[in-house]
Amino acid sequence: MNPTMPLISLRRLGKTYANGTTALDNIDLDVEAGALLTLLGPSGCGKSTILRLIAGLEPPSRGTLLRDLPAGRRAIGFVFQDATLMPWANVFDNVFLGLRLQGVSRPAATPVVEEMLALVGLAHEAGRFPRELSGGMRMRVSIARALAMRPPILLMDEPFAALDEITRFKLNDDLLALQSELKTTIVFVTHSVYESVYLSRRIAVMAARPGRIVKWIDLDASLPRDKEFRVSQAYTQYCAEVSNALQEGQNGNLI
Amino acid sequence: MKPLQPSSELARWMTNYGPPVLVFLGALAAWEAYVRLNHVPPFILPAPSLVLQTLVDDRNVLLPALAVTLETTFAALLAAIVGGAGLAILFSQWRWVERSFLPFAIVLQVTPVIAIAPLLLIYLEAPQAVLVCAFLVAFFPILSNTALGLASADRNLTDLFKLYRATRWQTLIHLRLPSALPYFLGGLRIAGGLALIGAIVAELAAGNAGKGAGLAFRIAEAGYRLNIPRMFAGLTLISLAGIAIFAALAALSKAILGHWRMNEASRR
Repeated sequence: MNPTMPLISLRRLGKTYANGTTALDNIDLDVEAGALLTLLGPSGCGKSTILRLIAGLEPPSRGTLLRDLPAGRRAIGFVFQDATLMPWANVFDNVFLGLRLQGVSRPAATPVVEEMLALVGLAHEAGRFPRELSGGMRMRVSIARALAMRPPILLMDEPFAALDEITRFKLNDDLLALQSELKTTIVFVTHSVYESVYLSRRIAVMAARPGRIVKWIDLDASLPRDKEFRVSQAYTQYCAEVSNALQEGQNGNLI
Repeated sequence: MKPLQPSSELARWMTNYGPPVLVFLGALAAWEAYVRLNHVPPFILPAPSLVLQTLVDDRNVLLPALAVTLETTFAALLAAIVGGAGLAILFSQWRWVERSFLPFAIVLQVTPVIAIAPLLLIYLEAPQAVLVCAFLVAFFPILSNTALGLASADRNLTDLFKLYRATRWQTLIHLRLPSALPYFLGGLRIAGGLALIGAIVAELAAGNAGKGAGLAFRIAEAGYRLNIPRMFAGLTLISLAGIAIFAALAALSKAILGHWRMNEASRR
């Protein structure tokens, strides 16, 4: 990987579905290595579609999409809004999935799986089944499953939207800790202003119909992200700024 | 919290099962009383006690016949599982197979088995014809349920498998088959009952006597001889067999799915 090149680069990217709906229009977006970039927008603004395009799950209709990623199965991790665990498999086997599909034997994968489970705080839950876990724990398993492949980039599609606020705050902190440890590049989709401000160094504010990026907001990366930050002046100001951008984008005052 | 007292467990059992058991026993008692008080002759309507007595007395005729019918039922069910699930897997892998063979399956399904049986009896020996009939009715629910299950794997999981570049075979083994399991077991529960019905109907149509005679033939035979108590005894056995098959398949399904029924568990 070339450190000066962005990992992902979208230029004038557009997506129009067969029924004529334009989900995305004119998207310019660079994801630098090590970034934690948030796509923030109302429902229907195409933010999830951007992730699906980056992941290669759908082809773009227009524009270019460059990926400076190693070839193969490990390139991209994906975490969905729902934990989407396999209910018939226990926690270990769920985390093992990616490696298993890659042909890695169970003994060879065991240390990796165990390390990932420890990393998300589920070291002792390997034998349990998804139905026995809380929503937050299921999401942790889902994150461990994505990270077990050691992807250079992790795409997260509103992963904490369905969780209660206390669990979400905890997972926000854990995600930041994980990122600083693993140096994974993260593209994070959310519709929560607070979550976007708390997590990211850069926010792409989006608007709908057609889905587009209306404003980029850079945050001071040196601010420590902790309990203090949530009640600090800077946090409040950022939230106000992002909120306004969201509002104006929706009213069509930007661009 | 206090542990459940035996008496309260008994109370709960009584609330759940008390009324149906009482109603059932009451109906039997009313039947018995009606027959005795009105001196209804057994060849018109035998009392429940006489039916029970006949069950015991005629066991040497009825139980071997039941064994024959059950053997047919289970062989047909097994064939339906192999054939139905196997064809469903082929359908899921190749659309053209589905498009080509589904019409046949539907034609066989919508044609009443009682109408097919006489034809099969021309081409096949009676026991084989009975088996084929039972298979035909049991086959379709397994096929259609399994096919539905194979097609209803979670969308996001399907995307994840795509992202991990899983092969078609890997997707089948690790995603589609496990996703289809609850649907398959649902189909199996229906098919179990239908296999028994198919076997009974075909036995009536075949009407073959002798050593390989099934329970349905024994019932028909008892009817010709106006041995009404034996008809009732045979019917009772068929009902019990049907209930046992359904309960066994329901228990099997619960045992297999018990630990991964995410939705049901979280609803409780």
